[in-house]
Amino acid sequence: MTINSVLIANRGEIAVRIIRAAKALGLRTVQVYSHADAGSLAVQLADEAIDIGPPAAKKSYLNIEAVLAAAKAAKVDAIHPGYGFLSENADFAEAVVAAGMKFVGPDASAIRLLGDKVAARQVAARAGVPTVPGSDGRVSDVTEAAAIVARIGLPVMIKAAAGGGGRGIRIAHTLEDFERHFPQASAEAAAAFGDGGLYIEKVIEKARHVEVQILGDGRNFVHCYERECSLQRRRQKVWEEAPAAGLPADVRKSLCDSAVALARSVGYSGAGTVEYLYDDASRHFYFIEVNTRIQVEHPATEMITGLDLVQEMLRIAGGQPLSVRQEDISIAGHAIECRINAEDPHKGFMPGPGTVETFVVPQGEGIRFDTMLFAGYTVPPFYDSLLGKLIVHGADRAACLAKLRTALAGLRITGIPTTVPLHQALAADADVAAGRFHTRFLEDWLETKFAASPGGAREVA
Amino acid sequence: MSKAEIKSPLPGMFYRRPSPDSAPFKNDGDAVSATDVIGIVEVMKSFHEVTAGIDGKAIRFLVDDADAVMAGQALAEVEA
Repeated sequence: MTINSVLIANRGEIAVRIIRAAKALGLRTVQVYSHADAGSLAVQLADEAIDIGPPAAKKSYLNIEAVLAAAKAAKVDAIHPGYGFLSENADFAEAVVAAGMKFVGPDASAIRLLGDKVAARQVAARAGVPTVPGSDGRVSDVTEAAAIVARIGLPVMIKAAAGGGGRGIRIAHTLEDFERHFPQASAEAAAAFGDGGLYIEKVIEKARHVEVQILGDGRNFVHCYERECSLQRRRQKVWEEAPAAGLPADVRKSLCDSAVALARSVGYSGAGTVEYLYDDASRHFYFIEVNTRIQVEHPATEMITGLDLVQEMLRIAGGQPLSVRQEDISIAGHAIECRINAEDPHKGFMPGPGTVETFVVPQGEGIRFDTMLFAGYTVPPFYDSLLGKLIVHGADRAACLAKLRTALAGLRITGIPTTVPLHQALAADADVAAGRFHTRFLEDWLETKFAASPGGAREVA
Repeated sequence: MSKAEIKSPLPGMFYRRPSPDSAPFKNDGDAVSATDVIGIVEVMKSFHEVTAGIDGKAIRFLVDDADAVMAGQALAEVEA
């Protein structure tokens, strides 16, 4: 491999995950940190740690100059951006390469192309991937937009071309809604993303969120099957599974093949995820977007395939070809990942940073907990609320759910609120057990079932 | 005349404006009523409005825009 060291331009549980993968490959690890993270687990685990500035992400983890200066000072060969922060910033990827280092991810050109959600839709369509009915490209004004709405029907989503990850989306149920939202959405997108460009997609009601993990080395492209992430709150994933329960074998094959076709069409290098909506009733799937980075929920795929996706990313960045061929990758059993956030599910998911008192992690075959926590650690208020991910693997979905219930009972985090009670209630829910859910399921369920349960989650049978 | 402190209910990042391009909610010297929003605390990527909680005159901010604050830290004082 052409790299011997890597700088981790991220924090939290993913920084810990990357350090472990890099160490397994014998790489020297350098962790950058903000003043709020000086005592973090990633800083303790890394071979070296470099202060890059104040707590505000803009002044530290999003500060390209500070990150590059640290990388140069530490003389690293590569930078792994994790997820969020600079991970899908094409200018950063370009600057890393210009400074003579490897960016652990695809080329800047692929990030730029796939990061523009309108361009990505066109790439998908050209590669033969079905897209959600909608505009062919950016829509410039209300008149043009209204004509498209007349063609595809309501309700529609008005999406920011520069958005993604569930941000920059508005839904219009009526034409009046639409005419009111459209100019507002454009102004908001311009303010939030520096690009007021919009496009339109039909709302696929009661769809599931299904996504395909891909790997590429620029010449060879494989998929590592799919995950289902339909349980979402405010468009943020809460619970993920691999594979997608109830996806027919022939649909799985065409879905996964379409993701590989898309990866091949852009000469993809690194790990990525192609996201889709899947409609059970019609058995159709529709492309949504490509994420050109490692995802939070990657361990679910690792549990069913036995691959180490982060090590694979580092090897690809080090110039090695993919270590696996498509025929080497298969699905064994079922995995579920629960995102454990520092939020109180009984108080409107109010975030609760603070100091962890007790920290006990369940142990056992097929149980994994990716985290940055330790007893006595103070979770800072400045970043997202993800504390860790409980991932459980079983021979099939029912066995996995049974093991998950035991694992959740064995997970003890005190001192701060967590979403563990939410996951306990979900793991005990009959609809969840039957796989009867879609992307709007969780928000309704929270109002009707979770909030209604006296004393909280444990009462839900 | 006595001074009263307006404290942050949450730890996080304190903002004096609704968005980076907007005017501040309040300027030093402004009068406030109990229900007036004087700033926003961002905690773990969620945003929470801070209200004055007291009627007063001549607010004076003790922290700058985009400063990190602790729960219970005085953000401003007013003449009550």
